[in-house]
Amino acid sequence: MAAANSDRTAFWRGARDAGPFVLVAGPFGALFGVVASEAGLNLAQVMGFSVVVIAGAAQLTALQLMTDQAPALVVLLSAIAVNLRMAMYSASLAPHLGKARLWERALVAYMNVDQTYAVSVLKYEDEPQMSLSQRLAYFFGTCVPIIPVWIIATYVGALLGQSIPTDWDIRFAVPIAFLAMVAPALRTAAHVAAAAASVILAILFAGLPYNLGLLPAGIGAMIVGAEVERRMGARFTPPAGGGK
Amino acid sequence: MIGWSGAEIWLIIVSLGVATYAIRFSFLGLIGNRELPDWLLRHLRYTPVAILPALVTPGVLWPEGSDGSLSLPHIVSALVAVAVGYWRKNAVLAAVAGVLAFVALRTLL
Repeated sequence: MAAANSDRTAFWRGARDAGPFVLVAGPFGALFGVVASEAGLNLAQVMGFSVVVIAGAAQLTALQLMTDQAPALVVLLSAIAVNLRMAMYSASLAPHLGKARLWERALVAYMNVDQTYAVSVLKYEDEPQMSLSQRLAYFFGTCVPIIPVWIIATYVGALLGQSIPTDWDIRFAVPIAFLAMVAPALRTAAHVAAAAASVILAILFAGLPYNLGLLPAGIGAMIVGAEVERRMGARFTPPAGGGK
Repeated sequence: MIGWSGAEIWLIIVSLGVATYAIRFSFLGLIGNRELPDWLLRHLRYTPVAILPALVTPGVLWPEGSDGSLSLPHIVSALVAVAVGYWRKNAVLAAVAGVLAFVALRTLL
């Protein structure tokens, strides 16, 4: 009984700690809904993206490249590349949640997004004495203000997008949203170097057809970031919730 | 959506969903406590800041319909979004500032 109680406490503490990120999940879900329906996706497809993928940056990447008429393989590889950081989240949650049951880990994986990860992992490091069931309860708590809000906001945005006249031309909101997500993530010199390399390499590779320049530019910029970090000995700090 | 059939769009959605889930499940689900090598972590850390700027740069510098010439509203509003985001560490504020700057410059110029 006491254990169940403390799990419930952990759950609601997680929900409260992740609360401010409603302000990220809500607007970005709505933004995706609006621009995806403006781009010509139907309601089911827009919702399919937000429910099946739950990764705003990758969804917008796919949308942007589909609008640019890039080949399907480039769309997929680029959007997957944007999500590779989540392998790092998965690896860093493993020591804390690795002993949970398979279905629990499977559910955690589904909802392992920037914000739930960042809030939870900071908590686990802060309070190493938490029990496994408290940690799980806390993680699922952080999902409450983020995952349902993300999905509902997408729906509202999609309905809104269908009622916005197409000649408003709000497509430039997508690149703006990306830059808005990246800028707060420029926490160290290595992040700044990676972003600068990304822009420069994108210009150099701009002549390649089918947006093929994106992958070499992205990989080159990752190498630049990693190399600057190695030379400076900078330490990683989990994202405070800039991008989704 | 122009150029894409319904089946193609769903194929993209499902493939991206499966691949993303596999990435999220990977270490937590299969490998447990084994740690990633440092060099790999060091590269994965930079995926968003390395890829997203490259994704938007061509659209900012040579926007659709500008016939390959630079467009002041696009460039300035992009810089506004980056500056506000960097300064206030708030993505939503930065997006709102960037979009407002774009709309204002479009109207004025």
